[in-house]
Amino acid sequence: MAGVTQVQTTLNGEVINFLCEPRQSLLECLRDVLGMTGTKEGCNDGNCGACTVIMDGRIVDSCLVLGVEAEGKDITTIEGMATPEGLHPLQQSFLENAALQCGICTPGFLLASKGLLDQEPDADEGRIRHWLAGNLCRCTGYDKIVRAVLQVSKAK
Amino acid sequence: MEPFDYLSPSSIEEAVKTLASKGDQARIMAGGTDMLVQMRAGRRTAPLVVDIKEIPDLNVVSYDATNGLTLGAAVPCYKIYQDETLSAAYPGLMDAASLIGGIQIQGRATIGGNICNAAPSGDSIPVVIALGGVCNIAGPNGTRQLPVEEMCTAPGRNALADGEILVSVSIPAPQAKSGASYLRFIPRNEMDIAVVGVGSSVQLDASGQNFVSARISLASVAPTPVFAKEAGDSLAGKPVNEETIQAASELAQAAAKPISDMRGTIRQRTHLVGVLTRRTLNIAIERARGG
Repeated sequence: MAGVTQVQTTLNGEVINFLCEPRQSLLECLRDVLGMTGTKEGCNDGNCGACTVIMDGRIVDSCLVLGVEAEGKDITTIEGMATPEGLHPLQQSFLENAALQCGICTPGFLLASKGLLDQEPDADEGRIRHWLAGNLCRCTGYDKIVRAVLQVSKAK
Repeated sequence: MEPFDYLSPSSIEEAVKTLASKGDQARIMAGGTDMLVQMRAGRRTAPLVVDIKEIPDLNVVSYDATNGLTLGAAVPCYKIYQDETLSAAYPGLMDAASLIGGIQIQGRATIGGNICNAAPSGDSIPVVIALGGVCNIAGPNGTRQLPVEEMCTAPGRNALADGEILVSVSIPAPQAKSGASYLRFIPRNEMDIAVVGVGSSVQLDASGQNFVSARISLASVAPTPVFAKEAGDSLAGKPVNEETIQAASELAQAAAKPISDMRGTIRQRTHLVGVLTRRTLNIAIERARGG
């Protein structure tokens, strides 16, 4: 159990194996071990949501998950949102609504929004604002982000 | 983070054996939302992290109207408030489970972990105390039970001995004409640490006009969560009215021993204990009456 451990997980639909130390967070494993740098590090203590990924259908802060905990889990990151056919509707809507400026928070917001609409396709504005409270954006003032998510929601 | 070993036992026996042999060299991790932050900041160290989430007994959510709720220590908040039966039976518990952190945190954080982390501000602790929650603990010498109000012994310290593990929390079944509520004051809308939190539960008589009993508990006003026993007891047998609720809120204020810090002053916190005690009692009364 000491030292380097092999972890098998499903990442964006593909079964993969990677090596990590127990002290490495899932965020570090994604970025530094797997080279998947779409997931961003903001505060690294669970406040900002920039590192949000979907794990077994639930959004989590990947900075507060150990890489070894990913064993047997199903994980979706920003790299898994678009398909060869095109952007995910939320990504398209973020573009159309100018729901980003510097972009650091954007992958986290997209994953958090996906996590919501996957479960509640008709989430209304109040629900979207409450759900996204765990994601911080210091550029947009949130309004455009909320509008972008609302445009994809069936609630309208 | 400092390097550590990681173990994910699959049974209570295995966890207890490991914890007993490692003593204070091992730390239990449930959701990790407090512990990993503390370890990264160097506030806690642990040569061995014991992840309890793969132990079936710690993932139990069992409820029936006679025996009440047994909530495994590794059950994350969202599983509690997504359960319609539990939401209907324990709205006060839902108040707390649905306001701890954001949705990401609620996907990981557990009530058991909140109790064991023993923060004075732990949002789920007051209402679990108000509901009469009991900790089910396993250790090298077998099992024991401890009321939740006796679990937190100092900031960040709990009553678990070396080798012991919190298996679950039991909450009695809600009786007819009973209700509970938790409210906290924070300067933001979400995602903040309570300046003050208050959990209240009430049992009314058949008419809904008199208290049979009440329990009140406070967060962020002492080194540990406070069980304001006198405040709740003062309501027993009394009519439900502004005077009795005011008197109970003043007893709750007397039980609070707050400090002034960056989140609030002694004066503000004492005032908030009064306000939130009255509000939570009124919500609990409304719920007890079925409204």
